[in-house]
Amino acid sequence: MFRFMLSRLLQAIPVLLVVITATFFLVRAAPGGPFSAEKAVPPEVIKALEAQYKLDQPVWQQYISYLGDLTQGDFGPSFRYPGRTVDELIAGGLPITAELALYAMLVAIIIGVSAGVFAALRPNTPQDYVPMSAAMVGICMPSFLMGPLLVLIFGIWLEWLPVSGWGDLPGDKLLPAITLGTGYAAFLARLSRGGMLEVMSQDYIRTARAKGLPEWVVVLKHGLRGGLIPVVAFLGPAFAGLLSGSFVVETIFQIPGLGRFYVQAAFNRDYTMILGTTVFFATLIILFNLLSDIIAVWINPKLRHQVQGGS
Amino acid sequence: MSEPMTLDNSFEQAEKGTSLWQDAWIRLRKNKLALFGLGVIVFLCVIALLTPYIAPYGYEEQDLQLGASPPSAAHWLGTDIFGRDMLTRIMYGSRVSLMVGFIATGVALVIGVLWGTIAGYAGGRVDAVMMRLVDILYALPFMIFIILLMVIFGRNILLLFLAIGAVEWLTMARIVRGQVLSLRRQEFIEAAVSLGLSRWTIIRRHLIPNTLGPVIVYTTLTIPSVMLLEAFLSFLGLGIQPPQSSWGLLISYGVETMEEYPWLLIFPGLTLSITLFALNFLGDGLRDALDVRSSKD
Repeated sequence: MFRFMLSRLLQAIPVLLVVITATFFLVRAAPGGPFSAEKAVPPEVIKALEAQYKLDQPVWQQYISYLGDLTQGDFGPSFRYPGRTVDELIAGGLPITAELALYAMLVAIIIGVSAGVFAALRPNTPQDYVPMSAAMVGICMPSFLMGPLLVLIFGIWLEWLPVSGWGDLPGDKLLPAITLGTGYAAFLARLSRGGMLEVMSQDYIRTARAKGLPEWVVVLKHGLRGGLIPVVAFLGPAFAGLLSGSFVVETIFQIPGLGRFYVQAAFNRDYTMILGTTVFFATLIILFNLLSDIIAVWINPKLRHQVQGGS
Repeated sequence: MSEPMTLDNSFEQAEKGTSLWQDAWIRLRKNKLALFGLGVIVFLCVIALLTPYIAPYGYEEQDLQLGASPPSAAHWLGTDIFGRDMLTRIMYGSRVSLMVGFIATGVALVIGVLWGTIAGYAGGRVDAVMMRLVDILYALPFMIFIILLMVIFGRNILLLFLAIGAVEWLTMARIVRGQVLSLRRQEFIEAAVSLGLSRWTIIRRHLIPNTLGPVIVYTTLTIPSVMLLEAFLSFLGLGIQPPQSSWGLLISYGVETMEEYPWLLIFPGLTLSITLFALNFLGDGLRDALDVRSSKD
């Protein structure tokens, strides 16, 4: 198990290096300097600015020094917010985005898994069709449509919930979390239904029933454990999706999180901010993929034996 | 002289069974939802192709005195704040949205199938290196990369095709490689090798056609995710740029004014959702019809 974790961790390092390198050179290759949008600035000022941001050095030197700074967790200064560093901006936005992603994940897991398991108990009956059709609607309704519609119905027409903000008014976290979570709830519903269907026809489920266990113990204890393996494997990639989904949701609901920063940085051509957030997001996503791989092995005895067997 | 010929004919007829494709078509025909999906897609494609001839109004035709008006007999889906006909805008938007869906998927298809076939057929170290690369690319946060590309190189529709296509080929490559690996060991490939066919001919004539089933299924399922990606980018203002129009762009305009003019959000949103719905149903139906094991995840 330890060797498995170590080897996965080692595999993540080149991936991360590729991300950093590719992003760095892409950003440097972009047409127009970071200050070119400004009004006519005297050349001396530009020189001074370039020196301050180390833009006067050759690219490879910039790259090396950027890598060096990164190892110390320093993402450099922001081009657009003078006097502030990318680290500060990330530190300000991250807790909000993380909270949003967490709530959305809870929404997705609670609604999605229970709908999927419920549907799998009686396949090809209305108990199956109704939640699964709802899941299909959830998959086909993108967040940038779902969000505004929810705002329109619950915020503007019914006036039940605030239309924007984060933590300013009671209940304003509800709509963003639901908007972000529904799509994944739908996906998880399909995955857990598939997983449960496969597991519930296995011999050991029949054995559990033959022992006279009550049906809910069979489903919740014996069924879920095997049936949710595909769900767990999906959680890592889902987290990546939640982060990019937060771009839209944070824009719609005007939440000052990382996603909104990123989109703004993209519009403002705040290159260091783009570079920093990309590297940061990539690290997070790679870490979560790693984590979900490890959990998948840990809860699945078959995979665990394979790993311990050394193959 | 004529007798042996009729014999020949009857012999052929006796041997003729239903082909894989006929079989699949028979199964697909029984799936009402999938047929509905197919119908919707065909309908939309026809509309998109004919839009310049059948659109009720001009694309940029404004009626500023009318302004935003709810659905009426003259304007079935209402008008936007410049008095432009919504139905016409959605029809023109469908051209861009569908085009992105098909072309970007096409790009993904070509790269993915070639990559997967070559890796699977070559095997050994070539295969290991090629698939390792796919693994690495898989771990990248691609949404972010597309945004990055759009920011750096400008919001160009061609780049959008390429960027989306470049993201979506990975799963295709994996599926095709798996198929090729199992096909490679079969006797008809051995026969082809012993006949002295070149590698490239074997790949082109024998391997690729045999991987078609899963490829078709996955292609059908890729189109909606590509369209979604385009709409997502356009919504953020990073995809299709005005004066061109796509459903994502219309939705993003609709959001700005949804409080006063909700139909400007609802109609493009509905169109996009129904299209995605139809494509997903068709994909699922094809998966069942061609009996492809769940290969999307």
